[in-house]
Amino acid sequence: MPIYLDHAATTPLRPEALEAMLPFLGEQFGNPSSPHAWGRRARAALDDAHERIAAAIGAGPREIVITSGGTEALNLALKGAAWAGKARGNQILTTAVEHHAVLHPLQQLGKFGFEVLELPVDRYGRVDPDTLGAALSDRTILVAIGHANNEVGTIQPLVDLIARVRADGPRGCLVAVDAVASAPYLPIDVAALDCDLLAIAAHKFDGPKGAGALFLRAGTHILSQQQGGSQERFRRAGTEDVAATVGMGVALSLAVEERDEVAGRLGTARDRLIGALTSIDGVELTGHPTDRLPGLVSIVARGVDGASVVLKLDLEGVAASVGSACTTGSAEPSHVLRAMGYPDEEARGSLRLSLGRTTSEADVDAALDIVPRAVLAAREGARRVAAGRAPVETGAPG
Amino acid sequence: MSRILVAMSGGVDSSVAAALLKDEGHEVVGVWMRLHDVADSISEFKKSCCSLDAAEDARRVAGQLDIPFYVLNLEREFDEGVLAPFLGAYLDGTTPSPCVDCNTTVKFGALLGQARHLYDCDAVATGHYARRVVGEDGQVRMLRARDGDKDQTYFLYGLRQDQLHDARFPLGELTKPEVRAVARRLGLATADKPESQGICFIPDGDVRGALKSRAGWEPETGPVLDANGTRVGEHAGAAGYTPGQRQGLGISLGSPRYVSRVDPVTNTITLGRREDLETTAFEIEDVRFVAEHGHDRSFRAGVRIRHRAEPIPAWVEPVDATEPERVGRWTVRTDTPVWAIAPRQAAVLYDGDVCLGGGRIARPATGTSQSMAASAPGLVTTVAS
Repeated sequence: MPIYLDHAATTPLRPEALEAMLPFLGEQFGNPSSPHAWGRRARAALDDAHERIAAAIGAGPREIVITSGGTEALNLALKGAAWAGKARGNQILTTAVEHHAVLHPLQQLGKFGFEVLELPVDRYGRVDPDTLGAALSDRTILVAIGHANNEVGTIQPLVDLIARVRADGPRGCLVAVDAVASAPYLPIDVAALDCDLLAIAAHKFDGPKGAGALFLRAGTHILSQQQGGSQERFRRAGTEDVAATVGMGVALSLAVEERDEVAGRLGTARDRLIGALTSIDGVELTGHPTDRLPGLVSIVARGVDGASVVLKLDLEGVAASVGSACTTGSAEPSHVLRAMGYPDEEARGSLRLSLGRTTSEADVDAALDIVPRAVLAAREGARRVAAGRAPVETGAPG
Repeated sequence: MSRILVAMSGGVDSSVAAALLKDEGHEVVGVWMRLHDVADSISEFKKSCCSLDAAEDARRVAGQLDIPFYVLNLEREFDEGVLAPFLGAYLDGTTPSPCVDCNTTVKFGALLGQARHLYDCDAVATGHYARRVVGEDGQVRMLRARDGDKDQTYFLYGLRQDQLHDARFPLGELTKPEVRAVARRLGLATADKPESQGICFIPDGDVRGALKSRAGWEPETGPVLDANGTRVGEHAGAAGYTPGQRQGLGISLGSPRYVSRVDPVTNTITLGRREDLETTAFEIEDVRFVAEHGHDRSFRAGVRIRHRAEPIPAWVEPVDATEPERVGRWTVRTDTPVWAIAPRQAAVLYDGDVCLGGGRIARPATGTSQSMAASAPGLVTTVAS
């Protein structure tokens, strides 16, 4: 019986979302910009999705820009804010543990005259508001922070951090929040957070892939990153993916309704798994012990190659991850663990299990049996591989 | 039915190897080994995800075959077992055999170790053209592939019994056209992919450039001598040249000249006419025999000094081991001359189709001509069985 424990990578599309999407993949094929009945039906569905998404995060419907996903929402937010703010300054602050969808666009901006500062984090991956306060200058135009970390699950003290920007930062400094990892499990209220931009991705909360949204506070100016038609109030030109947007709206509404129940259930399951894994000698929890996403288990195991545990688990039908979804076999350890102070050798032993809405009690029970065993077997295997390597490599005549 | 790890390079051969094993009912696990950073450095976006065409081809085939597929990072093992010896050999004025090292230390070394100990696999399969036969005595023997033109036993002679025991070569009984036909019949994405050429970690073939960038080699100019010792020119660094090479020195002496010797100590390259590079006797070191043959005396064998060369009949006899550094060396005396032997390159011994083993060509004693007097072997009593 296969067990899917990689919900931080992506989640299954929930049936209600699929059902809501189907008409728009079939007979309701109209272009929302068209002035006829087909267009109007598509437009109505799109408007409804905007409203659902806005309501879920405490925004107004016109403050939502639909994108093709979290990465595009973040690229639009960061590049759009940077270029729009260039007249006021060139400094951008972020943290060293952000997702590559934040760090890489900012690194590119760094090649065009922007000064990007990646703030250090503590052992748990948190930024100290004082560190942020000290880095703010009158040239700071943008601060980009992840709400929760997708690899280790740590939740940032976001309210304190943003309050510090408002208190010590220059007027007009924008705050962009990457809420892709947190949106499925943590309450999000853009008014309470006092952020200017916030990105989410549908496929993390049982919605379809290829859909995301950017909250853009009314009155905030960013430079659009793709031009063409007037879609999304000129913020994002291109004919909308009506079906995906509808699916995202339904999935997010339901996720908000069920959030407390799901988060409570997953938190209990998470703690059982963390308990079982950290009782193994040489296994340490990564990320914050309590301020963490409810479904996210992340560890480093000494003497173990995390990639080999993932491979072994896959051969047993269990989907897990080393922390990110890259598959090129690069030996480069996670930048997140590195920033948290883990030496590369320890970071190689990383493993992430991420539970989701559809994770059952039986899945967790089975994982409690299989995963610790796989970690121990991978360690024993690594020991035997190391012991067996010497004679192979000496090239001794046989 | 057993669980078999298949090293998939992204070429047609290993694709078909995986397909055949799956067809036999084995639980097949495909892996692509990331061995070096070349795929990144020639990519437009360094370190970008998924820029590795070969890995993508392998993944595509694994998808078509519906087998699990993983990318394994063996850069460290490749660096130690193949790359470092490769660079060291050239800097030492010799010619490496990286594919031999890769098979013994990486594919059937580190990868086999992981397959056995980490992933509970019974064997590692590759797309090599070679045959293995398990004898009644439990010894595994290696035979040349049915496709004589593709036979790759030259690169596999160094495998120990335990390595061969867990090795699988599903293509051994097939010809290359048959392999392509299988790939086409199954519609595999790699069916019409061209052969890979050259050294995988030096895609542009610039060995000297690799010595500079990877080994910090700082070339110094030195003399180029003709066979009689006359100085006929200057080279811009001796490393990276190999016996038999004609191009790259820019020296014209009427009749064709070839590199006959590279001496890193004196930083000298010696040239010779074609006939100066002919040899009928040389020593091999680091000798390995595939199976126990009881060879402690002279025996007859065919010797191959490079991949795909026709084996030359020869006598092989142990070197008298009174000198400590010559223990484990054997002398090879060929019936007809071999041309341009290159020290450190593999010399592989055959009895008909059976690959007996082999060794590395030893550097001839300093100061003497490469050609040794061809003499009939003396006390010859045993012949390869």
